[in-house]
Amino acid sequence: MVNARAVAETVTDPELPMLTLAELGVLRDVTERAGRVEVTITPTYTGCPALDAMRDDLRSRLAEAGYADVSVRTVLDPPWTSDWISESGRGKLAAAGVAPPGPVPHRPSGPIPLTLGPTRRVRCPRCGSADTVELSRFGATACKSLRRCEACREPFEHFKEI
Amino acid sequence: MSFDNALGAIAEDNDEARWAFGTGFHDPLAGVDTAVPDGVDRGDLASYCLMLGDDALIMSHRLQEWCTHAPELEEEVALANVALDLLGQARLLLARAGVAEDAVEEARRGEDDLAFFRDAAEFRNVRLTEVPNGDFAHSIVRLLLFSTWRLALLDRLRASRDPVLAAIAAKGVKEVAYHRDHAALWTIRLGDGTDFSHARAQRAVDELWPLTGELFGVHDVERRMADAGVGVDPSGVRAEFDAVTSEVLATATLRAPEPEPPRLAGRSGDHTPALADLLAEMQSVARAHPGATW
Repeated sequence: MVNARAVAETVTDPELPMLTLAELGVLRDVTERAGRVEVTITPTYTGCPALDAMRDDLRSRLAEAGYADVSVRTVLDPPWTSDWISESGRGKLAAAGVAPPGPVPHRPSGPIPLTLGPTRRVRCPRCGSADTVELSRFGATACKSLRRCEACREPFEHFKEI
Repeated sequence: MSFDNALGAIAEDNDEARWAFGTGFHDPLAGVDTAVPDGVDRGDLASYCLMLGDDALIMSHRLQEWCTHAPELEEEVALANVALDLLGQARLLLARAGVAEDAVEEARRGEDDLAFFRDAAEFRNVRLTEVPNGDFAHSIVRLLLFSTWRLALLDRLRASRDPVLAAIAAKGVKEVAYHRDHAALWTIRLGDGTDFSHARAQRAVDELWPLTGELFGVHDVERRMADAGVGVDPSGVRAEFDAVTSEVLATATLRAPEPEPPRLAGRSGDHTPALADLLAEMQSVARAHPGATW
């Protein structure tokens, strides 16, 4: 029988099927005791509608591997951050045309400052140019913004730093 | 597996895994430790969660009304994203309210009971969230005022003695910071844009500003929850609200009216007729078919 953690680590994200939940940092822990498996996940966004699908996928994949007694625990704290996406996950995002997130900026003490100007340089995942502009802070899913490369003129998605 | 047409494919039964957006949502707090900390008044905690949850739910609904009506596709997607974040926060907060108000699991009201089977006078949202949409500038200015206030509240709520509220707040801070930036950028673009867009934006500020006094009124529940280290005293976030809104409005060349005196209205169930109209639409399907899933 394959180790439960190894099985859980093969489950992919419903919205970003090129990434596993482990690479995305959503899969926080897998414990196995006397045939009982407990999986811990942390949602990327509060309103993420894919969370139910993730639970179902984890349960059914583990059931296929012979684990009948599986519970999926949700942990909200600490909140998910894009810093948890693994190196291999970042590579797969880029290969799929999604610019991976940079490091989440450190928050200064005091009130959260407004961020009105361009915050960072994002490289085009197709041609590598750093000459890109933001088209919209919100893309097709909550975790991505929409940008365009001024060099190759192609639009692309950028995984937000959060 | 083959289907004659696309309709057949989406009508297939027992395949929720394919339908992240369909029916059969689980309890949003499923798998979360929801024990109420010792010494925390369950009734007050429930009321407080309803206040924050109703703000998010009603604001989300007004934003959802832009779907298929926004001036451009990118903005339609953006407003829908903001609405989805707030709906997610509302689901968690209403579910938390249901757990807090009744220790007995079987007797609890769930998120859908609270969203779809309460009447207007039982809602605790501030009026700023419920007034009908106007033009695009109106929704942008409303989002600026709302998200500036909510971000300041949630930022302080991260230190709540209730670990569930603290976790919801910590997540919400990241989301609402994005909403506020987005609204601020658009406010500046419209206010400091053409004469036409400036006039529209100024009109939106003048219309919505009288509703901001309510953001800083302190309901007895809020005061007790703040004293207990569970909630946030809204009067304490006024300085931050004033600083951020005056900075954005000045950059947008818009005139900020004088600060409004604090007052209570929606927090006590005292709403405008617009809320009943909104609920009549939002609740109609659930009330026509109680218990149905789709």
